[in-house]
Amino acid sequence: MPRIAFPPPPSSAATEALRAEVRDFLKTELADRPPRLRAESWNGFDAAFSRRMGARGWIAMTWPKQYGGHERSALERYVVLEETLAAGAPVAAHWIADRQSGPLLLKNGTEEQRRTILPRIAAGECTFCIGMSEPDSGSDLAAVRTRAVPVPEAEGGGWRVNGTKLWTTYAHKAQYMILFCRTDGGTEDRQGGTSQLLVDLTTPGITIRPILDLSGAHHFNEVVFEDVVLPADALIGNRGEGWTQVMSELAYERSGPERFLSSMALLIELVRALGPSPSGHAAIAVGRLTAHLIVLRRLSRSVAGMLDKGENPTLQASLVKDLGALFEQEIPEIARQLVEAEPDLESTREFSAVLAHTVMNAPAFSLRGGTREILRGIIARGLGLR
Amino acid sequence: MSDSILADTAQRLFAERFTPELLRAADSGQWPAAAWAAVEEMGLPLALVPEEAGGFGVDTLDALALVRSAGSFAAPVPLAETMLAAWLLAGAGMAIPAGPLGIAPTQSAKGDLALTRDGASWRLTGTAHRVPWGRVATAVALLVEQESGSVVCLLEPGDWTVEEGRNIAGEPRDTLRIDAVLDAARVAPAAPGVTPADLFAMGATLRSLAMAGAIERVLELTVQYAGERVQFGRPLGKFQAVQQNLAILASQAAAAGAAADGAAEALAERSGGPLRVLPIAAAKLRCGEAAGLTASIAHQMHGAIGFTHEHVLHHLTRRLWSWRDEFGNESVWALRIGREVAEAGADGLWPLVTAA
Repeated sequence: MPRIAFPPPPSSAATEALRAEVRDFLKTELADRPPRLRAESWNGFDAAFSRRMGARGWIAMTWPKQYGGHERSALERYVVLEETLAAGAPVAAHWIADRQSGPLLLKNGTEEQRRTILPRIAAGECTFCIGMSEPDSGSDLAAVRTRAVPVPEAEGGGWRVNGTKLWTTYAHKAQYMILFCRTDGGTEDRQGGTSQLLVDLTTPGITIRPILDLSGAHHFNEVVFEDVVLPADALIGNRGEGWTQVMSELAYERSGPERFLSSMALLIELVRALGPSPSGHAAIAVGRLTAHLIVLRRLSRSVAGMLDKGENPTLQASLVKDLGALFEQEIPEIARQLVEAEPDLESTREFSAVLAHTVMNAPAFSLRGGTREILRGIIARGLGLR
Repeated sequence: MSDSILADTAQRLFAERFTPELLRAADSGQWPAAAWAAVEEMGLPLALVPEEAGGFGVDTLDALALVRSAGSFAAPVPLAETMLAAWLLAGAGMAIPAGPLGIAPTQSAKGDLALTRDGASWRLTGTAHRVPWGRVATAVALLVEQESGSVVCLLEPGDWTVEEGRNIAGEPRDTLRIDAVLDAARVAPAAPGVTPADLFAMGATLRSLAMAGAIERVLELTVQYAGERVQFGRPLGKFQAVQQNLAILASQAAAAGAAADGAAEALAERSGGPLRVLPIAAAKLRCGEAAGLTASIAHQMHGAIGFTHEHVLHHLTRRLWSWRDEFGNESVWALRIGREVAEAGADGLWPLVTAA
């Protein structure tokens, strides 16, 4: 049986000064942000906050300076991520660009794309969305049908795009989308024939429609492409290698602190509601959740260490995400039993509002970024079972 | 001895000695004297003892890894307990007797044991409960809290009478009734800062490591079995429902392993100051939880054959069910963490976690 190793995470001693700096900044910055808003976690959107993060040098931390980055270590970046998430800071305006889109452009983008876009991401002025899922393509990403067809040079060149993307978070606020689509072959070719394109969302022919989630909030969108013409240099990386490029992003997407801190605001409010002398029963429940948090953080930091060394811990990342989602979903179920309060978004009581938000968002924790079943399939493959 | 050589040599020894036959014999009450002698000959019981006190200079993390390895073989010998007793005695400046040594796995010795002056000597009376392998111990090291601080007492056979008991894995857990006069050489102050609570946390660390090792082994056995056992014309491991369960098992093994690593690091970094208890508490709790889930899934996957006395699986699962309740079960440690969180308050929770 192949062993799934989690090496000891790198020492955090060198990053403690940075941690203190981030905590100070957030303390001032979020002084007036109530728990019910902190509960939005990385869905909280505040363009001004993202610009201030950019000004601090806390976006694009690991990228080369020539593209607006700061050439700091992945571990320093990890500290900034976990501190902002644990505090419930509104990071959504830069989150996807910093985590996924920027690194993709850095690795596979053209020099022009890097030069014009990366510094704007670093400044916290550029929001990205990810165009992967479609009406008939959720977990089965290879079933993608949106198609980009080369436009003949005589007609001006470039790509003509038709299709529909679904569940596109913050498409309505983003300037750009990384579009995953088919450039060659058909759905029977599965992973083959797929590519990634950079889409300026102001391009004519794109319609963005809101999809409200079950709590009535607007994060998702449907994005329809009707004969949208993109320039030839919109292609990211190589034509037909979209699948490989997307898969290499997954370890980054699945192991970060965002995969176990989504319910952190509720855990914090639970501790507040229980006060300094909780019952033994309540103290045991909170102590247990805290123990899980400590261990998850160690697993996640171990993966960060592997990423920092240039390894590819896709398997370990899937495992962290699966365990992390279980933890995030357990918190509301436990919290509600320990405090007498009904979930209520409009309640004047912060605990009730945070509980309501977390209860209604919890189903997404084991769907987004790879469903529980997909992750466990990846783990089973890692065990040599398939 | 270099670290990986030690680990490899120990593992080879465990694999060679702790065979299914030996495990069955131990289960029926036989003391595996020859296997223990081989373990002792390698010097493993002294692995936590500093070089200047007679140890052989093993890095603490490497020493602790031996316990994990022994756990993965369900080794029916008191290696962890002897390592701990030897460490305790060395810290008190006492000589370390040969043979399997005992410790008392109680959180606090208060009330159970009374140490009083008896002229130039001491008199120790009371009861030590569930002492692992008390019946074969050549000596027992007890930590007794006195007003002046914690004191280590070295007991020898004759100082106690044994009431034999065992845990559900068949490992001896004996009650020692103690009434002994100890000369001054057998009573000494413990190393600075070492309290019964500390020793309990160290025991919890060792059990966490043993559980992590046993869980990894159970995962290995279960994945192997799922690949071999054919039903409905294909190996069990080809069924999605089975794959999903094995993925859960692998996740639990990873969490237990990481948790135990965290506890081992806390123990290894200690240098005179107080022990960082939070990672240890988290580890005992997390490994305990993983132990239950692991045993449950492994037995489900193995079906009836894994439920037989003939099969090797129960040597591991019965230990997991025992070890999770020794040196504090999940609730004991959860309460400890929960109280600390309550004291830190809502806004102190995250700093507590990052410092753990």
